[in-house]
Parts: sequence; C-alpha cells; structure tokens
Amino acid sequence: MKTICTSIAICVLLALGSVAHAQDSAAGAPAAGAPADAAAAKAPALPAWIQEINDRPWDTGGTFWLPTKASLQADSDFMFYAVLALSLFFLTGITAFVVYFTIKYRHRPGHKAEPSSHHNDALEITWSVIPTIICVFLFIGGWDGYVSMQTRPAEPLLIKVTAKKWVWDFEYPNGWHSPNLHVPIDQPIELQMTSLDVLHAFYVPPFRVKQDIVPRRYTYIYFTPSRLGTYRLYCAEYCGMNHSLMKEKAFVHEAATWQRFIDEAKAAEQNMDPKDLGKMVWEKKGCIACHTIDGGAKVGPTWKGSWGQQVKLTDGTTATVDAAYVRTSIMEPQKQLQPGYPPSMPTYAGQLSEAEINGVAAFIESLK
Amino acid sequence: MSTGNPNVSYFEASHGIKNWLYTLDHKRIGLMYLFGILTALMIGGAFALLVRIELMAPGETIVGPETYNRLFTLHGAVMVFLVIIPGVPAALGNMILPIQLGAPDVAFPRLNLFSFYLWCTGAACLLLSIVFGAIDTGWTFYTPYSLGGDHTPVMLAIGGAFLLGFSSIFTGLNFLVTIHKFRPQGMGWFQMPLNLWALYATALMQVLATPVLGITLLLLFMEHFLHIGIFDPTLGGDPVLFQHFFWFYSHPAVYIMIVPAMGVISDVLTTFSRKPIFGYRFIAYSSVSLALLSFLVWGHHMFVSGQSKLANMVFSALTFTVGIPAAIKVFNWTATLYKGDIRLKTPMIYALSFLILFTIGGLTGLFLAILSTDVHLHDTYFVVAHFHYVMMGSGLVAFLCGLHYWWPKFTGRMYPERIAQVCAVGVFIGFNLTFLPQFVMGSRGMPRRYWDYDPEFAIFHQISTIGAIILGISMFTQVIYLMASFKIGKKAPKNPWGASTLEWDAPSPPTLYNFPEPPEVHEIYEYDDIVEESPDNWVRVNRKGTGTKAEH
Repeated sequence: MKTICTSIAICVLLALGSVAHAQDSAAGAPAAGAPADAAAAKAPALPAWIQEINDRPWDTGGTFWLPTKASLQADSDFMFYAVLALSLFFLTGITAFVVYFTIKYRHRPGHKAEPSSHHNDALEITWSVIPTIICVFLFIGGWDGYVSMQTRPAEPLLIKVTAKKWVWDFEYPNGWHSPNLHVPIDQPIELQMTSLDVLHAFYVPPFRVKQDIVPRRYTYIYFTPSRLGTYRLYCAEYCGMNHSLMKEKAFVHEAATWQRFIDEAKAAEQNMDPKDLGKMVWEKKGCIACHTIDGGAKVGPTWKGSWGQQVKLTDGTTATVDAAYVRTSIMEPQKQLQPGYPPSMPTYAGQLSEAEINGVAAFIESLK
Repeated sequence: MSTGNPNVSYFEASHGIKNWLYTLDHKRIGLMYLFGILTALMIGGAFALLVRIELMAPGETIVGPETYNRLFTLHGAVMVFLVIIPGVPAALGNMILPIQLGAPDVAFPRLNLFSFYLWCTGAACLLLSIVFGAIDTGWTFYTPYSLGGDHTPVMLAIGGAFLLGFSSIFTGLNFLVTIHKFRPQGMGWFQMPLNLWALYATALMQVLATPVLGITLLLLFMEHFLHIGIFDPTLGGDPVLFQHFFWFYSHPAVYIMIVPAMGVISDVLTTFSRKPIFGYRFIAYSSVSLALLSFLVWGHHMFVSGQSKLANMVFSALTFTVGIPAAIKVFNWTATLYKGDIRLKTPMIYALSFLILFTIGGLTGLFLAILSTDVHLHDTYFVVAHFHYVMMGSGLVAFLCGLHYWWPKFTGRMYPERIAQVCAVGVFIGFNLTFLPQFVMGSRGMPRRYWDYDPEFAIFHQISTIGAIILGISMFTQVIYLMASFKIGKKAPKNPWGASTLEWDAPSPPTLYNFPEPPEVHEIYEYDDIVEESPDNWVRVNRKGTGTKAEH
C-alpha cells in the first residue's frame, strides 16, 4: 500500500519532469523585456536602455529537476542525473522486493515461515562489493568536476564582492558599484568575496556555483557564463532576519554590451541629481530593508515626512531631522536611537561616498 | 537498587509521586523520559506545522521573518536535542536494555537518575530561552551570527545543550558498562539481540563525541563573557573553526539518532517475519563500523565553507565509505523477509516504511557526498529533505516502531491495533508528501531557511504543507490513543508478538527487578518453539535453549 503510493508519487514526478522539460526548450532565449519608455518613467535618472535591462524579469526556466544551465560549470548536471538514475534503480529494486515479499509471504491460514539460510557469504560479499565499486566511480566523478570548478582560469575578469546584512555589493573594474551582478558571456569570471558582518553565501542556481563568504577573509568563485539572461542570485547561508530577502539579479550580457553598460551606469550615477542618487542608495545599499518611503513602519522609522521633524531620542533629548542628523544616523547609528525601534542598524561609515550621503539627505528632504 | 515490593509490577511496587521522582528503577526512569520526549515531540511538531503554514504562500502568511526564524530554530533544536537524540537510547533503551539482558537494572542506577535530571534541566533551559527572547540562530548556532548583538538567550540555550550533552554521556557510559558486565551466561556477544549491538555502538559514540560538544559550547561561553577571540573574527578568531567543532560532534550525533533506530528495526523485522535475521554478523559489524566511521566524515557539512580542496577530497571519499555498511543493512533486512510469515502489525508497518524511507534518505546522501553536485545542492531544500528522510523518516519512524513494539511490555496494555495501523500508513503518506517535493525545489535552487520565496516554488511548498498537516494529524492521534490505552487498553500478555528475545520472558509489565526468577537464555531469533496459543498470546513450548540461567 505505502510502497505503491511511493511508486505512484515517483511516476508522477517523472512525468511532470518531462513536461517541464518540453516547456523549457520551447521558451528559448529571454525576450527583450518591458518597453523602454514605460521603464524609464519609473526612474528617469538612468539611460532608458540601462533601465530596461535592470527591469528585465528573472529567467526561471529549467528542467523538472534543475534550473537552466548558464555556465560551463553546470557540467555537474551529468553527475546529478547519473546518481538520480542510479538512485531510482536501487529504490525501485528495493521497493519491489519489499512489496513482493510482503505480499507473497504474508501471513494467512496455513502459511508458515519456510526455513532458509541465515546468511550467505557469497551473496553478502557481492552486495558489499558492488556498492563499493559504484562509490569509487561517484567519488572520482564528483572530484573531477569539483577541481575544474575550483581551478582559477587564465586571465579571469575580477569582480569584488562585499556582502553584509542584507545587501550585496559588486565592485567592477571601472570602480562602479552595484547590488546586481553583471557579467559578460564566455568570459571566465573570478569573484573575490568578503563579508562585513556574518557568514553569507553566494549562490546563482543556473551557474551551479556556491561559496560561503566569511568575514575578514577572502573566498573565491570561478565560473564562465555561457547563456545570456537574467538569473536569481541568492544568499544561501543563513544570515539573520532578512536572509530570504537578500536576493538580487545576475545578468549575463553580450561581451560588447557589458563594458558599455557598466561605463554608462557609472557615468549616469555620477551626474545624477542628488535626490535621485539618494533614492538609488536607498534601494541599492539596503536602507530599503528597514526604512519605508510611504509612511509604513518597518524595522526602522519611515523616511516619509520625517524631514524637519522634532524626534524624541531614547536618551531623553530631542533632535531635528536635518542633514547633520541624517549623517550621524548613517555613520554612528547607535548614537541617536528613536524609542520603539531596535538598535539593529549597522554603521555605513566608509561604505558611502560624500555624494551618496548628501544624496540620502536630499532624498529624505524630497519625501516631505 | 530501587526499593519496593519485588513481586508485583513496577507500577505497583511502590506508590506516591516521591517514589517516582526518586526512583532508581530503569523502567520508571525510562517512562519519565518517554513522557518528556513525547511532550517535546508535540512542541517541536507544533513549531514545524507553524513553519509549514507560513510557507503556504510567498511573503507573509501568518508570521513575519523574525518569528519565522525563531520557529525553525526552535523546531530544529527541540527535535534534535530533546526528541531524536534521546528518543531511542534514553527512553526505549532505558526501558528495554536491562530486560533484554535478563538483568534487574542498569549497572549504575543512581547515575541513570542523575542523567534524567540533567536532561530535564537542559530541556528547561532550552525551552526557557523561548520565553527569554527567542533565539534565531538556527539549531547549528553558527558563529559569528550567534555571537552578535543581544544574544544572551543563545547562551541560555547553549547551556541547555551542554547539560543535555552530559546527560547523553552518562547514559552512554551506563549502557556500555551494563552490556559488558551484565550479559547473562550463555549470551556471548554474538547471541545478543541486534538492538543491543546498536545500543552499544550508540553508547560508544555518545561517550566519545559528546565531550566535544561540551568543549565547543564552553568555548562559546568564554568568548561571549570573557571576549577571548576563538570564533569571533573581530577578535581575531575563526568562524569556520566553530563549524569544525560543531560538526565533529553533530555528525556522530546524526548516527546517535540512526544507529539505535537500526537496532529496533532489526528486532522488529525478524519478529514479524518469524524468521532469523539474515546476516546477523554483517548487521552487527556494520552498526559498529558506522559508529567508528561517523567520526571521520564531519567535513562533508563544510564543502563550500572555505575549507581546503584537499580536506574536501578526503571527506568526500570517507563519506562514501559510510554508504557501504548502510547499503549492506538494507539488503540484509530485505532478505530477512524472504520466505517469512509476515504479519502487518503496526510495528511491522513502521519497519517496512523505515526500509523505504531510509533507502531514499541514504541514496539522496550520495548527491551530497559527490563534491560537484553538493556545491549546487548545499544549503538548499534538497539537504532539508535528505536529512529529514534520515532523521525523521528513519530515526523517528523507528522510534514509533519501537514504541508500539514494546508498549505492551512496559505498560502492560495493548494499544488499539486498527487505529494504529491507519496512523502508521498516515505517517508514511504524509511524510513523503511533505518531503519528496522538497527534493525537487532544492535541486531547482530554493535555498533553505527562507521566510519568503520566489513564485516558481509555490506549488512545491503547498504540496509540502498539505503533507505536513496529514503527518501532524497522524502523530497527534497516536499520542492520544497511546495515552488512552494506559487506562482503557486491553491487558497485554507476556508475549503478544511471538518474539524470541529475553524481554518477552518477563511479565508485562515487568516486576520491580524485571524477572521473578532469572530467565533462561535461548538461541537468538529462533521461532520454532514459540507458538500462538490464542490471538496475540504466544508461549514457548519445549524449551530447547542453552539451558543456562541468568545470574546476578
């Protein structure tokens, strides 16, 4: 009864798998995305074509079992399917024997246990040796794939990654920072990663790579993107309250577009109006996780309508929300806490430029 | 040795709450453990259901992210430290181990009571930390997260785990000595029930691995209160070192959960097939080899933690060696069914469920032992599903199996068979419905410990939640009917299952010192001389045992 249910469940899973697979191959490469003018209306600060790329939806295709392959490192898929086949073979075999024996030798009037040997050395040695041989092959296959993932490729493109609760920061060779990962296709990538607080982990399922990020240490990831698209980028190591919201986009660009993209995005940010820059900081540097701009309460006080207000502080004094107050809040957040909010904001000292700090103040001022 | 009238059952030997709280009787201590563990199981199960209901839909369903993080932390900590680790050894082991040896008690009854009270204190600390501010570090307490901010409750929970560890060490020590010294004449090592082999292997691990947990937790204390930089990177410590310490204990701990489960299953499969176990020695040796290998594979939890490639290679290779004794056991159990006379009583339904669920748990472990696929699957729902198949699908199912199997022995009452069979099937279906979809979402890239998730995973989460509800109902019903059977259950005969091991020669429930007179030792797992006199009442005819009496 139970075993039959298992078999049915597995059959259903496999059938669903083939359907999902068919859908994937029909979908093909990602479409161009939303019309540029609609996207531009949302945030006029960036060139339309950059905004259009930023707004592209995630590419969530794949087979039933695995997401789309988007890097050369995804060759571990062969091992995955090999073990899947092996597992289904053994599971079906054992289930079949258990069900068959249970039915055939079930208790019924007149039926008795028949004498059979208590052990059989030849049989037992056989079924010890066969798993051993299989395991040796599995180990070698896995080791081989792992070494190729871990070997630093010749002339990789270096991107520096800084993770902190609950924001990603990718620093590109031209000095531009982004919470999203932008990489050119067919170019070996090296990510040099560190964390400012607790453990995090870099994980982009279609690239099949994952690596923990450890504070005060560098860890590295190597991969070569092999398919254009927009993929999910996750933090995979538990890092506290908003762990599940620490997710961004990984973009794979055409080789030529990539350079233009990071250059123009950088230039656009430098020439941006301070309050637009402040809005971008709010989105990119993680302020958004705790502070709303619509008056709603989150972990921290809302920014909406706070400019120029008198606020009570936990030490009994009052302060006016102005440029100085905002600057202190960013650099030394524990110094002026408002009652009713946890003292959980980390300092941003050294992580924001002067222009960005002024931008945040300008942005809050614009939310009056 | 406990006091009271030795000629009546241990329930009636003495009366009053004081005689229970100060008892030195292994059966009373075992029963108290059992109540503690079942209570913890209900609490841990309630946390699990809340987690699953929150995950019914993306975004906030019933709780916010902070509460969610506390829920999964408490679910893990309660289930691991309070339910599965003590489940088979401390509760069932205490109740059954001395009787299986034909002995009146364990070797050190006072130490036994002490470990019970350590367990209670540890459990209280762990549960108090809920009231005191709710920990949210995950049951693994990974640094530096567990060191940051206001985490005094974490220290309380860690103190609890520390005491629970010592409880586990003392129980293990007690069992080792008992098995070495209290075996009756005529019961050599290879005439022991396989359940005793498994409890012996488990006790070895408890004694050798748990001190490392104690050391680790002490270091955390020192770091927290004295600011010595051991794990905290801002003090010059190494957070990855904590993971080494933690898994050096916690990997054997997984085997502390699964090896005794294998012992229970071995005893139950042979009883309800009415046939000797196939390959007794292979199963006995594989229990001990699993116990030894369990110390050599901790690094497979850390393939992407930043440990060296060489270490990863060694740990991957060693991990595969664990698969071999596990595979041998599954084949031997399956072969035991061959030409048997199989009765699908509740314990047998659990044992057959165990065979399938353990096979799935073991095979999916291969995906995680392979370095290249582990990089993709690590910290996803694939891992969550895998360890639930091993810890719950195998460990907890075997606990339920043993609980039903020995229930008539230590309570003297039968549980209601038909309802129990339905619940056992409910557990199997609910379990698979909960965790099979999690393999798929994991391999598709759904990270674990996520409060919010992306829409493409919604369908899998919904199936999983429905399964969890079926599972929850089945588990809850069991607790109800088991408790009810205490009062209204049919009186149990000495040997309701026709089992061959020594505990079934003791009265149900046993007298204060288990056997009114020392029992005769019989050949292990021989069923020819045991016949069903009336339904569910088996007796030995023409005893042809080795003819020696247990002496103490």
